[in-house]
Amino acid sequence: MAEKVIVCKELTKRFGDFYAVNKISFAVNKGEIFGFLGANGAGKTTAMRILCGLSHPSSGEAQVAGYDVYRQAESIKKNIGYMSQKFSLYENLTVAENIEFFGGVYRVPAAEIQKRSDALLQKLGLTGEAKKLVGALPLGWKQKLAFSVAIFHRPRIVFLDEPTGGVDPVTRRQFWDMIYEAAASGITVFVTTHYMDEAEYCDRVTIMVDGKVEALDAPSRLKAQFNANNMDEVFYQLARGAKRSGD
Amino acid sequence: MKQFFAFIRKEFFHVFRDRRTLLIMFGLPVAQIVLFGFALTSEVKDITLTVIDQSHDVNSQQLVSKIKSSSYFVVSEAAPGFNDIAGAFKNGTAKCALIFPANFGSDLQHRGRAPLQIITDGSDPNTAKTVVNYLTAITTAYQQEINPGKPLPYLIIPEPRMLYNEEGNGSLNFIPGVMALVLMIVCTALTSVSVVREKELGTMEILLVSPFRPLMVLIAKAIPYLILSLLNFILILVLAVFVLNVGIKGSIVLLFLESMLFIITCLSFGLMISNTTNSQQTALLLSMMGMMIPTMIFTGFMFPLENMPGVFQVIANLVPSHWYFLIIKAVMLKGLGFKYIWKETLVLLGMTLLLLTIALKNFKTRLS
Amino acid sequence: MSTVVLDHITKHYDQGKVLAVNDVSLQVGAGELFGLIGPDGAGKTSLFRILTTLLLPDKGQASVLGYDCVKDYRQIRNRIGYMPGKFSLYQDLTVKENLDFFATLFGSSINENYALIKDIYEQIKPFNDRRAGKLSGGMKQKLALCCALIHKPEVLFLDEPTTGVDVVSRKEFWQMLKNLKQQGITILVSTPYMDEAVLCEKIALIQGGNILSVDTPDGIRSKFPVPLYAIRSDNIYQLLTALRKEPGVDSSYAFGESIHITLNEQQTNMAAIQQSMVAKGHTQLSMEQIQPGIEDSFIRLMNQAQPAIAWQRK
Repeated sequence: MAEKVIVCKELTKRFGDFYAVNKISFAVNKGEIFGFLGANGAGKTTAMRILCGLSHPSSGEAQVAGYDVYRQAESIKKNIGYMSQKFSLYENLTVAENIEFFGGVYRVPAAEIQKRSDALLQKLGLTGEAKKLVGALPLGWKQKLAFSVAIFHRPRIVFLDEPTGGVDPVTRRQFWDMIYEAAASGITVFVTTHYMDEAEYCDRVTIMVDGKVEALDAPSRLKAQFNANNMDEVFYQLARGAKRSGD
Repeated sequence: MKQFFAFIRKEFFHVFRDRRTLLIMFGLPVAQIVLFGFALTSEVKDITLTVIDQSHDVNSQQLVSKIKSSSYFVVSEAAPGFNDIAGAFKNGTAKCALIFPANFGSDLQHRGRAPLQIITDGSDPNTAKTVVNYLTAITTAYQQEINPGKPLPYLIIPEPRMLYNEEGNGSLNFIPGVMALVLMIVCTALTSVSVVREKELGTMEILLVSPFRPLMVLIAKAIPYLILSLLNFILILVLAVFVLNVGIKGSIVLLFLESMLFIITCLSFGLMISNTTNSQQTALLLSMMGMMIPTMIFTGFMFPLENMPGVFQVIANLVPSHWYFLIIKAVMLKGLGFKYIWKETLVLLGMTLLLLTIALKNFKTRLS
Repeated sequence: MSTVVLDHITKHYDQGKVLAVNDVSLQVGAGELFGLIGPDGAGKTSLFRILTTLLLPDKGQASVLGYDCVKDYRQIRNRIGYMPGKFSLYQDLTVKENLDFFATLFGSSINENYALIKDIYEQIKPFNDRRAGKLSGGMKQKLALCCALIHKPEVLFLDEPTTGVDVVSRKEFWQMLKNLKQQGITILVSTPYMDEAVLCEKIALIQGGNILSVDTPDGIRSKFPVPLYAIRSDNIYQLLTALRKEPGVDSSYAFGESIHITLNEQQTNMAAIQQSMVAKGHTQLSMEQIQPGIEDSFIRLMNQAQPAIAWQRK
């Protein structure tokens, strides 16, 4: 039995009489790439916020990295990394300054920051750009750097919110190479995406509809279950019936 | 024309559906009038004064009773010793102390001069200063009374604010200042924010791409705020007259026209800001820095200009609200007519035309 | 005469420091549904803004409906519909008020061109009195399209209308575009989603300000110069890593549950690759030759052009 790093039981978030997240239950294994899909407004973002310790659930239970989301939000934050398409790095700081800043935020010792950041820049081929402002980098490089920064402090789980939106197809695949590598090193990856082919790269996929988890399984099994050729069709079958949709 | 009215209607929808805008627009003048009119006034009333009279003669008693009869002071009868003054200041039973030395009366009568010590609570310097001024004024008046025809040992420097304010009503000067401030917040800040919001929403692109002439977009944006500002102006006048009991001495029509000119100044400035910025925060910050802070500092309604370094007095001349303040003060409080303020009006008009030209010139029919 | 013409258009930003569009030429025929396909920063929005007369090109000429985008911008503005990328309507106005406003702004009325928007508008009509800010993503998108159409434009420019929208709404949106095309409107649409390319009649692949290729989707796919194979196993990532080390493999990219590969020389055959993979312990291997998709073509073209377009900043 694999170690579980995220466990949700009947997790619910209510705003007034609106159930943004409605009794969702799932468990994520260590080192797993866990896809989190859903139509706009299905409750993905709300659920992700709860798991990152940013928002309190209304009811239900959830443990992230062994810590309780109600009482130990601060401990959760120390053990996770987060990256989204909208915010990733400070554009007006240099590459090296960004790494140093985020390393410092997560209390990575200074000597260690130096060592890891050299290795990181080398790996990304950015050694020559270390003193360049992040804003001057092409989008694809920015996203790859952002991901590296999100796992710089070696978190147990990394949350990725549409990390590849708008990125060119080659960079998108390079990005997934990095995700695989992180997962292989034992970091659990929790990822949302609008690209259905990316859903196929996940070990298991959750599809949320109207605040509920409507499907949860390996992509191949989901395709068999819904008698579909690809994840796009699976998603379409499930989400078509959605009552609500938002941003 | 139909487009134009549709646009204006839309702008009104924006204003009336946004509680924050409404609050800024109509809550602010009320709050400002009340604040400046009552709370922040540097005018003093019912100041508790303690008297230590070591002379106990006719002169000292006459002076004390004169002070008593003014509405500014409440004199505590029991005169404590010197050591009690600090205590009285601390526990708030007195704000100032008046000490007559022994032989006050005889010194005054025989030598023609007598020292009189005034001690005030310096922790509130504004009040303290005013208190000293009042006491000095009362003393001087008393001195004139008992020494008719004799030259005075010191010059009387009446506080300029008192000049047109016989009843001692301190809110007077704030009214023109608040007017300038509120009109500026509504016109400059709200106008620039409303244009920039369209940029943020992406609707500005559609407006530009539409057959509606881009310049008309600016004018249509400005008109609702012009109307709302005039309403605001009326609101302030009504508050001034009925809440603060400040009479309007001059012509209301003149007041209205001059305010209209100033509103256009502010609108031009707001449009100028919106041309150069792309985010609502920047627009708001620029209008604050560009208009509101200079208004507070350089009109002279909060801090007397006369006491400022020369450089500041020169800079003040470049601030439109400084001129508007002078105009409104003249018309509203002194009751002066146009022939006394045409120079100020001309300066304001010149500034307005300059700002408007810059605003319209910089407005682009395309992006960036 | 083409409805939209871009002739050697170049555009820089930041005083020439950033090259956004590099010598782009293309033509869109009357009544065509034309897609501009490329990632963020490819120059799609710049091209749209030049065509909608919002930006001046540094070099080259552009025209819409025969009118010059610089000189005759007024005529163009009267005849086109535009939905900018970040367009989000007036959140504090209701559905009807938004529509009314844009109709009046373009000198029209809802009734005048009702037939054109009927199919789309009927879906959001029940929410006529709801404020736009309270609409769902899909409904907002429909309302925005209605607003862009309300004056019956001859050409419609839609800049990334489906970005950030879920699969279901995206499918509906493309259906609406197909219906509009049948009414004779020329439509230019941009998207970063490669899978939407096949829904257009003609597409331009764009990357780093350069056009990689302009053709019909089938045309672009048929130009793929070498055979393409899909290979799969029960562990895609390990297979991918192994294929990259395989000398006979020229390119290998993950595509969902399979990996698309091209081979180095015609002589290398797939059987040899398969044998090599089996020898390395990969299980449940299967492979077949497949028809390339738009994304395959895009990747190949992009890699060919890469030396030329990487780092165009001065």
